[in-house]
Amino acid sequence: MTEFEPVLLKRISKKASPSLDAYRADGGYRALTKALNEMTPAYVVDSVKASGMRGRGGAGFPCGVKWTFLPKDHPGPIYLCINADESEPCTFNNRILMEEDPHQVLEGVVLACYAIGAKTAYFYLRYEYGRAYRALQKAIDEMYAAGLLGKNIMGKGLDCDIFLHRGAGAYICGEETGLIESLEGKRGWPRIKPPFPAIEGAFRKPTIVNNVETMACVTHIIDRGADWFKSIGVPPDPKNPRDAGSYGPKLYCISGHVNNPGCVELPLGVTVRELIDKHGGGVWKGRKAKGVIPGGISMGIMTEAEFDTPLDFNGPGKVGCLGLGTAAITVFDDQTSIVDVLYGIARFFAHESCGQCTPCREGTGWMMKILDRMRKGLGRVEDLKILDDVAKSIGIMPGTTICGLADGAGWPIKNAVQKFRSELEEYIRKGERSTAASLQMVGAH
Amino acid sequence: MATVHINGAAVDIGDEKLNLVQAAKKAGVEIPSYCWHPALSVVASCRMCLVEVGEKKPDGTVAMQPRVVPACQTPAKDGTVVNTISEKSKYAQERTLESLLLNHPLDCPVCDKAGECGLQDYTFRYGRATTRMIEEKNTPPNKDYIGDNVTLFTDRCIMCSRCVRFTREISGTSELQILNRGHHAEIDIFPEEPLNNKLATNVVDLCPVGALCSKDFLYKQRVWFLKTQQSVCADCSTGCSTHLDYNKDIVYRLRPRDNPQAQGHFMCDEGRLDYEYVNAKERFQQPLARVEGKLTPQAWEKLGPQIRSELVGLARKKGDAIGAVLSPFLTVEEAYLLAKLMKSIAPKARLYLGYVPVRGKDDQYPQDRQGNPVGPAKFTIRAEKCPNRRGVEAVLRQLQGEVLPFETAVRDAGNGTLQALFVTAGYSPNAGQWYQTAQLESLKKTPTLIVQDLMPSTLSAEAKYVIPAATWAEKDGVFVNHANLAQAIHWAVRPGWFGRTDGQVFADLMERRGLLNAEGLRKELAAEIPALAPLAGNLGEQGVKLR
Repeated sequence: MTEFEPVLLKRISKKASPSLDAYRADGGYRALTKALNEMTPAYVVDSVKASGMRGRGGAGFPCGVKWTFLPKDHPGPIYLCINADESEPCTFNNRILMEEDPHQVLEGVVLACYAIGAKTAYFYLRYEYGRAYRALQKAIDEMYAAGLLGKNIMGKGLDCDIFLHRGAGAYICGEETGLIESLEGKRGWPRIKPPFPAIEGAFRKPTIVNNVETMACVTHIIDRGADWFKSIGVPPDPKNPRDAGSYGPKLYCISGHVNNPGCVELPLGVTVRELIDKHGGGVWKGRKAKGVIPGGISMGIMTEAEFDTPLDFNGPGKVGCLGLGTAAITVFDDQTSIVDVLYGIARFFAHESCGQCTPCREGTGWMMKILDRMRKGLGRVEDLKILDDVAKSIGIMPGTTICGLADGAGWPIKNAVQKFRSELEEYIRKGERSTAASLQMVGAH
Repeated sequence: MATVHINGAAVDIGDEKLNLVQAAKKAGVEIPSYCWHPALSVVASCRMCLVEVGEKKPDGTVAMQPRVVPACQTPAKDGTVVNTISEKSKYAQERTLESLLLNHPLDCPVCDKAGECGLQDYTFRYGRATTRMIEEKNTPPNKDYIGDNVTLFTDRCIMCSRCVRFTREISGTSELQILNRGHHAEIDIFPEEPLNNKLATNVVDLCPVGALCSKDFLYKQRVWFLKTQQSVCADCSTGCSTHLDYNKDIVYRLRPRDNPQAQGHFMCDEGRLDYEYVNAKERFQQPLARVEGKLTPQAWEKLGPQIRSELVGLARKKGDAIGAVLSPFLTVEEAYLLAKLMKSIAPKARLYLGYVPVRGKDDQYPQDRQGNPVGPAKFTIRAEKCPNRRGVEAVLRQLQGEVLPFETAVRDAGNGTLQALFVTAGYSPNAGQWYQTAQLESLKKTPTLIVQDLMPSTLSAEAKYVIPAATWAEKDGVFVNHANLAQAIHWAVRPGWFGRTDGQVFADLMERRGLLNAEGLRKELAAEIPALAPLAGNLGEQGVKLR
């Protein structure tokens, strides 16, 4: 198998300059020129749809299909929101794209605006990404100066403005309707659906919310064609009728107890083991891995035995995890207490639950309190049953809450109680106490 | 025509646009809910109303959705199937209740809401008796001060956000907000911006638990001792339908009663808190007559005939020398009786409309922070501070032929036209002073001045006879509001030691026998006064529109 040549990280791995001139010298804005000269908006939508690209934000909804949900012949305005509120723990693929190669993303944004008929794009950036903010703002200024934004882009009659909007650091503002509420200047509380944002989103107008990496992929799909995109990745699993396939390159973030943490670009479908051993330089300090959190902490936990699971949109589900998520794996070694891992996770969700829906508001706090008691050596075996039940009732059972936060909060707990039951019982029986330093919430939250 | 299937029973909801909570109610099934309120926007956040739904296909098969859905957010459509008692629905409801109780202090024994608390009721019906949580509860401190009429017990709050939405959507004043996130979220005001709008206490009724309590009612009475009567607020011409809560002849509080024909779901604090005078010790307890220059208590059995014969005697000399002022605080029946009394003594007797208190302009909500109305009116406090001007006017138009204003009565008294004047008052304190000093000077020139009022005043001090008046809490009758809606009020407490309502006094003076029967009287007056003809029928809980 030949080595995969990076696409999204191509310029970044060469340490190419993020400036507009350098980007153009490397073939930048070729896709936009091509689209404006040769393609109708509908053709762009169809290309993205044909590529089978699924959104890179976590839910994996096919991007082109989402675009077609917009009402036909709407008098406008239609808005595009770029979800750059990358707040899933251990995830930093968007950050690298925005900081190191912003034009690649912004070209995709203009292409998407052209495709869906939006004249305004809001770039919702999490507050903590100061460097990304500066890089993006500089790139946007360059684009205005070069006539790539504003009125009548490239003389083709396309008007497009991009506004950078910085969030205030809440995880929930990464949920698409929470993002929209926050963008409107309100509390970032996810909205009840229907209406879905494509019908009534920001400022009560049709709105598409897309991830940063999705936008970067759009650039390459238009540049190289849908067939090229489809030649990478994994076709649909015939055993799973709901799997729409996992095509294209994907940025994988590797963090935790590995020798070389970082972000790598690979075709979808790479296994966890390959990521750790080949790209992450193996588990640190010569230890063995106990498990991994695949795709951000909302997706659950995989044990070492499950490391051959391919990380595509279908794979993690086969071993009881929620899905691919953001494809950011966090490795923990065999000397890490699973109780500490769970407490850290539960504490995060208790802190980030917006407090709107009762099950999530109260359930996340309760799970944190139970795990805190456990790590103080006061756990009871029946606590495991309670944890499992709370996890199920707050989010895993479909429909119990407005958004997916509680689902994500429940999944790692459910996985751990199932997969690490003997360790948890042992911990409780021995009355062990956590030796880990109290996990402090730092900076971001 | 739409048919919804609730727990297997089909119910026809017609063309109404209902959510599943409302549709189930039509079928007699309760779907528990906290955050949903018919007058407020839907947030579907309490998750108490989770139910399993599905669709009945034309071929009779039922396809249920795999997820539970909030009933408040789901519209009832033709063929919608709802199961509120399936394993899944019950599990979801029980778990939501368990969550709500996790950080609830369970201080029911000292909580003012106990007995009418949504959390108690639903826990009893849908919850569990024990808790699985052994950790410490969150105990956010209570707020020192959020407003003059409302107090907030933060730890009891279940975050339904009804109060916040009320201040944003109905009063428009937006004093309340939610602070913090997750299980530390709590309700608060903005610093230095207390909840002091005129509709503020409605948040107490909206609060499903004991978090927001009325300072006026706090710790006065356990609610299970209270009895409730249907009434109508007398403080402005909006005529809000109310629940009158009382015990042992004491009025404890007023609450709004839903009535889409009158005011909707709410009432203002002005009307809500203006009931103390009903319980006031200073009220007249027995009729008085001037004996040797001093007002002295008299037995009604003796005084009634004395007043009557004096009026008859004066009328015999000059028919239009006697008159009566009909207060806009009288019920329609009372106004009719007094008018009939005077006209039966002398057909030329003069009938005047009592003073109509008007203060400022109509106060319309929602309004912005500067007090300017915004958008369509959802609640209006009217400038006319009396409950029944239109009802009294209808009587006057029929029996007097015209509506003579109070000023005419003052003028006629001042220029000596009147030998006897029967002045009814019964104004609530909120209506303000109802005569001016100059008017008093004119009125007291009447040789036989009969004053029927609640409390001693400078006017009653000048009267020849004083008869105790009764309040709206003590009598049966009808008030007609600004929009010609006739609503029934019912007595709840007894009118003091005197024991007679205004209507009974008039009936006695007319030598009608027996106790007053408002309903029978309505049939009588409806036959005589065409404008009030609809009063002959059943008024129901929401009243009937005249004309």
